[in-house]
Amino acid sequence: MQKNVGIVIVSHSPDVAKGAADMVRQMVGAHVPLAWCGGNPAGGLGTSVEAIVKALELAWSDSGIVIMVDMGGAETNSEMAIEMMPEKRRARIVVCNGPIVEGAVMAATESSSGAALDRVRRAAEELYSR
Amino acid sequence: MTSGSMKAGLVPRARSHAVLTHAGGLHARPAIKLTQLAKRFECGVWIALSEHGPWIDAKSIARVMATKTPQMAMLYFVAEGDDAELATSALAQLVESDFADDGNGG
Repeated sequence: MQKNVGIVIVSHSPDVAKGAADMVRQMVGAHVPLAWCGGNPAGGLGTSVEAIVKALELAWSDSGIVIMVDMGGAETNSEMAIEMMPEKRRARIVVCNGPIVEGAVMAATESSSGAALDRVRRAAEELYSR
Repeated sequence: MTSGSMKAGLVPRARSHAVLTHAGGLHARPAIKLTQLAKRFECGVWIALSEHGPWIDAKSIARVMATKTPQMAMLYFVAEGDDAELATSALAQLVESDFADDGNGG
């Protein structure tokens, strides 16, 4: 069972999502559950609810998950993906309003210290809240 | 301990300082390591580029990165709490060791 809050990165571009996830792994380390998804089922730019659900399952932590999104559909599809999760997990998944790359790195840094979901979310959103 | 909330005459429990020799200064990776180490301690820990502050929360990755500390700057640490001395010496050691890996995957 994972103790640290998980991070899911959702971008329209699989390259952006994977690149951001690589930065988190290399900079913050291996102690944070981490998954990414990007692109639509046809192989183009976009996001897919199904892929986001899969990423949420991969990175699941009982402490919860923060989702970092790039724009538009990434956010609405993430909200739909949350609705498809088991009810008791839904309240522990939050979509963050922060820059996708920096926010993911900062959220993971916070999570790596064992911080709770709300604090991880605040770290992810700090750059937009100043 | 923002300068606004720091009471006049308060002497922090522990302090330390170290020269930042790291090439490129306190960029993302060393800033993350510094923050991760600061968070291991219960006490409050603050960082500054001058011994008179302004003091920045060393547990906030966004704020530590925003200092944009250049190479060869002196970094000052203060801490307040039971493990304050451990925290300030560990942080100075991290900077002096040029952010050597601690084997913790960080």
